[in-house]
Formats: sequence, C-alpha cells, structure tokens
Amino acid sequence: MTLMDKNLGLVEVQKLEGHTDRVWNVAWNPAADGVLASCSADKTVRIWEQSSLTRSWTCKAVLEGTHTRTVKSLAWSPCGKLLATASFDGTTCVWENFATDSESVSVLQVHESEVKSVSWNASGSLLATCGRDKSVWIWEILPEYEFDCSAVLTGHSEDVKMVLWHPTMNVLFSCSYDNTIKIWCSEDEDGDYNCVQTLGESNNGHSSTVWSISFNAAGDKMVTCSDDLTVKIWKTDISRMQSGEGYVPWTHVCTLSGFHDRTIYSVHWSRDGVIASGAGDDTIQLFVDSNSDSVDRPSYKLLLKKEKAHEKDVNSVQWAPDKESRLLASASDDKMVKIWKLASEP
Amino acid sequence: MRSGEKKMDSVLINENPIIYPKRPRRVRTDQSNTDEFSIPLTNLLFYIRDPEHPKLSLEDLNVLTEESVEVDDDKSYVRITFTPTLPHCHLPTPIGLCLIAKLVQSLPARFKVDVRVAPGSHDKEKTVNKQLGDKERVAAGLENPDLVALLNTMMQV
Repeated sequence: MTLMDKNLGLVEVQKLEGHTDRVWNVAWNPAADGVLASCSADKTVRIWEQSSLTRSWTCKAVLEGTHTRTVKSLAWSPCGKLLATASFDGTTCVWENFATDSESVSVLQVHESEVKSVSWNASGSLLATCGRDKSVWIWEILPEYEFDCSAVLTGHSEDVKMVLWHPTMNVLFSCSYDNTIKIWCSEDEDGDYNCVQTLGESNNGHSSTVWSISFNAAGDKMVTCSDDLTVKIWKTDISRMQSGEGYVPWTHVCTLSGFHDRTIYSVHWSRDGVIASGAGDDTIQLFVDSNSDSVDRPSYKLLLKKEKAHEKDVNSVQWAPDKESRLLASASDDKMVKIWKLASEP
Repeated sequence: MRSGEKKMDSVLINENPIIYPKRPRRVRTDQSNTDEFSIPLTNLLFYIRDPEHPKLSLEDLNVLTEESVEVDDDKSYVRITFTPTLPHCHLPTPIGLCLIAKLVQSLPARFKVDVRVAPGSHDKEKTVNKQLGDKERVAAGLENPDLVALLNTMMQV
C-alpha cells in the first residue's frame, strides 16, 4: 500500500472508553510500542497498552489524585520512562514507574494560572511549559528528579496554547491566543533564551488563536493550525542552521483552507509525511505533499477526510512513532480515545 | 460613577436598567425546520436572570429577543446573539458563559453552538466574542467556583 492507493481509508481499530469527561490529548510512548497515554477534564491520565497476544488495547493504569483540575496536555520523555502532565490546577507533574505503581516524582508549581502544554527536548534534558499567564518556562532536569527553572520567557501577549521543542535542536516553539507563533533559542554563550522570530499575520501567519504545532521527521518543515480554520506549512533551511550559522528564519510555504469549518485544534506530521488534523467539526483530515518525490515546489493536497470521526470535537491527533504501523490516535469531547489505521479499505 | 469603572462593592454598573414589556411569543408553524428547537430553547434562555438584577430576566432587559436564537436543526447548529444592556459593562462574559452552559445542558450532543454579542452593541465586542469562542478558556472559566455560583444563581428557576 502506498499513499497513492485509491482505496486508502482511516479504519477505526478500537475505541478506548474510560474517561468520564472530554479527553484533551493523547501521546504515544516513543520507546515502548503500543503504549499510549491520554489526559482529560476528569482530572486523570490513563495509560493504555496493546496486548502482544490479542493486539487490542486495555487501560493499564489511571493516574489520579494528584491533579485537582483538568489535565490538559502530556508528554513522554524521549527515553519513555517519564511522563509529564500539565493541568489547569497550575502544576506540571512528572510521573514514572508505570510497570508497577505509577508515582508522581516531581510537581512543578509555577504558572500563575492554567498550564496548557508541556514538551521535552530531544535529549530529555530540558522541559518546557506554558500557560494562561502568557509565559513559557524552561526547566533543566537534575539528578533525583529535581527541576531547576532556567528561563522564564515572556513575549506572548495572551494565553500560550502549546510549546514544542524542535526534534533535533534546542529551539523552542510556542503558539498562542495572540495569533502568533514564537521561536526561542539561545544564541549566546550565556545560554539565555530569547525570542528570535515571531510568525504573525504580517508573515502570512494566522489571523486567530494558533492551537498546535508539529514538525516533519527531518525538522525542516512545520505545520500549524488555528481557530482561523486554516492549516499552514512553514519551512527553514535546516542544514544552514545545523552548521552553526546562527538562527535561520522560518518562512511560510502554503495555507490549506476550506477543509475544516470549525476551529482546528490539533495537527501532527507522521514520520512518512502524512499530516493529520483534528477539529471542532468532528472530522479528522489527512494531507500529503503530492510533489514530495520530485524537485518541484511542494503541493499539499487532501488525502482523505473522515467525517464524524468522533461524536463531538476532535481535540488531538497523534501518529504512532514507528514507521510501519500507520496508526493514529485521536481524543475527543465525546470522552473517547480512538485508534485508527491508515490502510486500504476492503 | 463614571462609565467604564469596574463594579466595586455593591455599586451596580447598570443602576437603572430599562425593563421591556414582554412580547407575545411567536406561534409555532410546522413549516420551518428550526421551530422544533428554537421555541423551547428560547423559552429556556429567556428566563436566565441578569447577573446584577436577579429579579429581572434576560428577556425583561432585552438582552435576548426571539431574533437572538437561530437554530439550524439539519446542520445541528445554534447561534445566540445577545445584547448587553450597556456598551461598556464587564458583564457580557458571565452572560455569555451562562448561555453556553445552559445550551450544553439542554441541547443534544450533536449540536455546535456559537454565542456572541450583537454586532455594534459593546465596546469590547471582538474580545468578548473571542473569549466565548475559545472552548478551553470557557471550560477553565466554568471550573471557577465563584463563577459557577454566579451562573447557578442566574439559572435558578
């Protein structure tokens, strides 16, 4: 099966029931096949594992009693042993030991209001958080699960919806209710992070809240989505940046509009180049660059649209990290997590 | 009190609201696909009490009129447009949140809802509409016990 197959469909593999309120986010464990975590307005996090015998998922653990409000977002460390969770209660918790009894090993209490997102850098040495207080925090991880705040980044004029580290470099991206995407890195020897670029309406940026960011596997392209009903693709010259030339700006490649008719909450770029989007119109849509094998300019097209993927808003879409499975997880206001497979339909 | 000042202690923003006479409700006709929901919905929303004047309803103050409620049953879509009593008051947000909460409680799950202030009716129209349209902000607001207490008072029958 290739992406050019005419019978490609998003086939529902399993519905994971258990959460008692809307599910905001899902995250696949990067190091353990078939392990997924989900977080919800029911204040809990659920860990789901795929059985090697039956190939179906069951809930292996419920992390509860620590967060006192909605858990909005979560992120596994690159080694897969730690899970960071971000909550409206203003705290970020770091958990470990899922095989036995999960326990919260660290609670970071800093944001003055709701924490909206958390992200680990590629090496697992830094954690970033952001929230309604408009700030972005960077934390260094020390031995014994101590976290030391190494930067408080202000610059967004409104609620910061998501933070995401670049997949290969220590460059941090944030997106906000102020309609912009900000890029932060440390250009001097002090190690101080500064905002090196803001992608706003004047650079072909979004005209309303930006909800989510995702990078392609190579890290030279980025996709963002917004309340303005569009998905935007951006690029940079990654080899110049990796060669130590200093910061190389990101530029707009194209805007995909007319596909979703309600706020787009989540986008995620798979390792084999498929962009998934999930929105308030209850659909999941997939896009690919139809020119990816040629030297022509990229040309992004709709690969497929899954209507009524959920009964209510789709809040999060995430491809499984391996290259072969083509599994996609989604989370919704309908309290479900669903696992899908991109495959030829019978 | 200067207009635009925040409410302090027991001083009301709108000391002397205009109270409108009740208009007869539209008679249900069977032709339109909107009437099955719009009339009962209108009835539910009209009785919501004003946050400052709990003896007065949103209908009494013309914050909501029948034209405020637009329902498209085929598309599973509802839009509510409300008119704050004063163009500068800070109360559109609790009124908007109360409308959203009431709609979510009352409508089948398939409905999408938009609540906004009537165009031209408020100084901070864009700001309020953006807040009411951000479901994460709305959800976080609805977890605030003080706000929930206010909304419960407004929704008391």
